[in-house]
Amino acid sequence: METFVQLVVNGLGKGAVYALLALGFVVIFKATEVVNFAHGSLVLVGGYLVYALKDSMGWIGAAVVGIVSAALAGLVLERLLAGARNADHNGLALLTIGVDVIITEEIVRRIGADIPFIGDPYDSQPIQIAGLTIFRTQSIALVVGAVLITAFFLAFRFSSWGVAMRAQAENREAAALMGIRSSRVTATAWLVAGALAGVAVLFMATQDFSGAGLGRGTHAIALIAFPAAILGGLDSTAGAVVGGLVVGLTEALSAQYISFEFSKSAVFLVMLLVLVIRPSGLFGTKELSRV
Amino acid sequence: MLSVRGLSVRYGRSVRALESVDVEVGGDAVLAVLGGNGAGKSTLLRAVSGTLKLHGGSVTAGEITFDGRRIDRLDPALVVRQGVVAVPEGRQVFARMTVEENLRAGGLGARSASTRASSRERVRQLFPVLAERAGQRAGLLSGGEQQMLAIGRALMSDPKLLLLDEPSLGLAPQMVGRIARIIREIHEQGTAVVLVEQNATMALQVADRAAVLEVGRIALAGSAAELAASDDVQRLYLGGHAESQAQAESEEAEARAHRGRKVLSRWAG
Repeated sequence: METFVQLVVNGLGKGAVYALLALGFVVIFKATEVVNFAHGSLVLVGGYLVYALKDSMGWIGAAVVGIVSAALAGLVLERLLAGARNADHNGLALLTIGVDVIITEEIVRRIGADIPFIGDPYDSQPIQIAGLTIFRTQSIALVVGAVLITAFFLAFRFSSWGVAMRAQAENREAAALMGIRSSRVTATAWLVAGALAGVAVLFMATQDFSGAGLGRGTHAIALIAFPAAILGGLDSTAGAVVGGLVVGLTEALSAQYISFEFSKSAVFLVMLLVLVIRPSGLFGTKELSRV
Repeated sequence: MLSVRGLSVRYGRSVRALESVDVEVGGDAVLAVLGGNGAGKSTLLRAVSGTLKLHGGSVTAGEITFDGRRIDRLDPALVVRQGVVAVPEGRQVFARMTVEENLRAGGLGARSASTRASSRERVRQLFPVLAERAGQRAGLLSGGEQQMLAIGRALMSDPKLLLLDEPSLGLAPQMVGRIARIIREIHEQGTAVVLVEQNATMALQVADRAAVLEVGRIALAGSAAELAASDDVQRLYLGGHAESQAQAESEEAEARAHRGRKVLSRWAG
């Protein structure tokens, strides 16, 4: 029973990180209808700056720079895609694959043989509560994820930015006719997604999360955000959060009760199962109509 | 106010939608633009509101000015900032958002918070039903209510010129009459209106002036009364609608009279 509770807490912690990634992924898709395959490289940009700067400017300063840089990297990518005026959504998605390879390879080259971990204040410091051993990284990730996701949903639901964002996601032409500037909505979507990726990497490149370290390992973990977003429903922000938590729990439980090697496949099996039953994902859009 | 001169529009490389179209709209008028399917009516509104690009179209010649300023190369959001707001064909309310959120989205193009507040009051008075439905998803409103929401949403930024694309489309005749009265009221409150319509009877009742588009060119233009009296307009555009609307209005009057007479009586088994 203790093991199960530990697994659930750790799984939810991982799930919160996947939810942050999936949320960014979904926000970009809603604003632009582009599937951003470069999300993993935004994660690496943030992580790399933390790795490069934490010794000279301290962990907190480096983390802030990392988050801001990942957000700005998102904005640069958005400008790049905006420049490809004649490309359709599929073409732009392919373009993001190219960008992803370039950024990832460059960062991996810069890191070299090192396998850096960037969660210094909390990594490898398990918490003992009532006989349970819980990873500190996952616990903090769960709290940070809950705070950020709540803030995001409040802004999405109530702020003018949220109204503009939802209006554009639903009907680009009607939104433009309301005076909503499409380019600004799109730019803020990439900024928000980049910032969330910058936060996520602070927990991903740790011993506690996967032991993989910053580099290709972190990039591979970021890809788990795709099944999270897809099984939640590609255009649903709530779906991204639920999808993230389902993926985190599936991974943690299957790694313990089946095998560690199987855990990644289990995530995709769950995604397939959901898609067979609900092709638009758990919370994906189905047309509303009056009968 | 709005001046369209020598406007030509194409979709892609070969489809010519408008050829050298000239239209003038003063601040004190409702202009009706009539024409059949494919005549270029919606294209004209898209060119003015800046949304041609979203439909793969482009202006190939001519210019559009509003209050002396060129608007044909502006982003649609900036056209709204100039005071020109369009209600697109098919209403296009944000179906998954509530009525209140739709109106809020409409207010995002307003010049100031005070404009937004006064516009909200105006919309509340014009469309009391929208206040009753504030928390309801727009996609679940009836067609007529959606049209009211689309117009109300457009009024939220307090436009100087309102462009309406087929507001009568798909509505019951009684609702068409109601929308026509609302358009007149909006105009009397000081907003100029361009009304694109296939329903010529309704459009000519509401409008002061009218123009007929045929295959991308202005075929006829003049006062609404002149066009209503024209044989060509009578033959081509007024036949069906005039009958159906007159019939609907007489049926409505009869139903009203009938309701007045109706008394409840006890069922005696």
